[in-house]
Amino acid sequence: MKETDWRFKVANREALIGVGLAIFNFIWWFGFAYGLGSRPVEEYTYIFGLPDWFFYSCVVGFLLMVVLVIVVVKFFFVEVPFDEEEDVR
Amino acid sequence: MNFAVLTPMLVFLVVIFAIGYWSSKKLATSTNFISDYFLGGRELGGFVLAMTMVATYGSASSFLGGPGTAYTMGFGWVLLAMTQVATGYFVLMILGKKFAIMARRYKAITMIDFLKARYSSTWVVLLSAFSIIVFLFSAMAAQWIGGARLVESLTGLPYNTALFIFAVSVLVYVTIGGFRAVAVTDAVQGAVMFLGTLVLLIAVIIAGGGIPNIMNDLINENPNLVTPFGADGNLSAAYVSSFWILVGVGVVGLPQIAVRAMSYKNARSMHRALIIGTIVTGFIMLNMHLIGVFARPILPGIEVGDKVIPLIALETLPPWAAGIVLAAPMAAVMSTVDSLLILVSSSIVKDVYLNYIKPDADLKTIKRLSFGVTGTLGAVVFLLAINPPDLLIFLNLFAFGGLEAAFIWPVVLGLYWKWSNKYGAIASMVTGITSYVALHFYNAANGNLFGVHTVTVPVLLSLLAFVAFSLLIGRKAYDYETGIAK
Repeated sequence: MKETDWRFKVANREALIGVGLAIFNFIWWFGFAYGLGSRPVEEYTYIFGLPDWFFYSCVVGFLLMVVLVIVVVKFFFVEVPFDEEEDVR
Repeated sequence: MNFAVLTPMLVFLVVIFAIGYWSSKKLATSTNFISDYFLGGRELGGFVLAMTMVATYGSASSFLGGPGTAYTMGFGWVLLAMTQVATGYFVLMILGKKFAIMARRYKAITMIDFLKARYSSTWVVLLSAFSIIVFLFSAMAAQWIGGARLVESLTGLPYNTALFIFAVSVLVYVTIGGFRAVAVTDAVQGAVMFLGTLVLLIAVIIAGGGIPNIMNDLINENPNLVTPFGADGNLSAAYVSSFWILVGVGVVGLPQIAVRAMSYKNARSMHRALIIGTIVTGFIMLNMHLIGVFARPILPGIEVGDKVIPLIALETLPPWAAGIVLAAPMAAVMSTVDSLLILVSSSIVKDVYLNYIKPDADLKTIKRLSFGVTGTLGAVVFLLAINPPDLLIFLNLFAFGGLEAAFIWPVVLGLYWKWSNKYGAIASMVTGITSYVALHFYNAANGNLFGVHTVTVPVLLSLLAFVAFSLLIGRKAYDYETGIAK
């Protein structure tokens, strides 16, 4: 029997990275939204006109995720062939 | 009728038709009709892949219903909408390379082909085909209603005429062009959505006298509008967070999205799509929902949520620019409908007819049937949409949640967990759908169980059912190399 396809190891690792990113994304989003947003409205500060909780949770959170996805894809993802023929070659 | 508004939309339609025609020419020279018609021959590049995922996913609810709700609820709903950033990277990372490799190995054209090969079970195939056809039908109807309402509000044409125009435009290019036409038009539509939301956001901020000014107006009207808790303060953290399942990670289970994860050419396309998809999804969702909130001080007192975006565009932009911007929700609706149409059609032609009714059908029959089924389906949805139910966004979410609960575990665990088997898959689908429907009615009558969205509990129950049945009945380890379970 063949050993486990090396491409599957790559695939499994990348799927786990995806789960990790989503968990991080959730914590960031939730933490700033409800951590800062639960204060009385009078105590909100405004960044670029937006409420601080929203700015950090949704605007910075979004930009941060874009940067993380770029970093992860450029440095951790491996290009593998999908077709069997290329694989044997 | 406002011709300045209509002209850009007509130009847009002409471009879409041209793509449909181009795709049908490519189909005519095709050597593998089924793979070409239903999967575009697995040759999507990174940009088209990202755009077709975003555009399929971004629907009437993201462009009309969602911003309309944000208009009523304030920033809490924008927060909720931003859970969708995750779909930009999560789906492709999770299904990722394993799905692409396995789909090629199984020669799968549809998500159901994958399930069929993985579980070798007629019941899995029939159950999946049945749920796709039933649930996506309701989703399609909701989208067509959205599209028709939009044409109605822009042109002043009666609803039925608007529906007819909309239906014919979509039907023509999808039927003749197949998946490739769907994906490439999605890319154009995605680009229109991206630019349209940006232009409109800027126009709305200017019309409102700058963001700080808009914020003051909102606080003066109702301070709750700038909190995460909704206009009445009853948008709970648990409820909003549960949308991470519905519109965030659960999207992995949607067949119309999953099928795209087997349509790309190579790993490089996938990598590019991950980055582009995340940027475009987040950008569109953030902009559209902010527009909804910012529209409130500028145009107070809009009763029907779906009309917020059309009205604010006409208010803040010159007519020709409003036409370009309003082509965006139009594009969103079309790009969702076209994907659903080709998917339901593939379930009928490929998953049911070719699997069980006539596996040896010749190419001519398959071609005639593919065009025929796609066209007929469109006509039936059109008839259903003539007398539409009211709450667009909820009808739409109902179909989404049901499919997610049904498919997420059979797909994801089928890919990564060797103990997955057909008993687990069947139990999971049945549990997911029945508990979703039951809970939907329970929640409608008694308020949300545990204060979370309907989708949450069924997704957990279907996971339990999947694991329990896989381990208890006919337990075998699946070998991903040989495709043999032992």
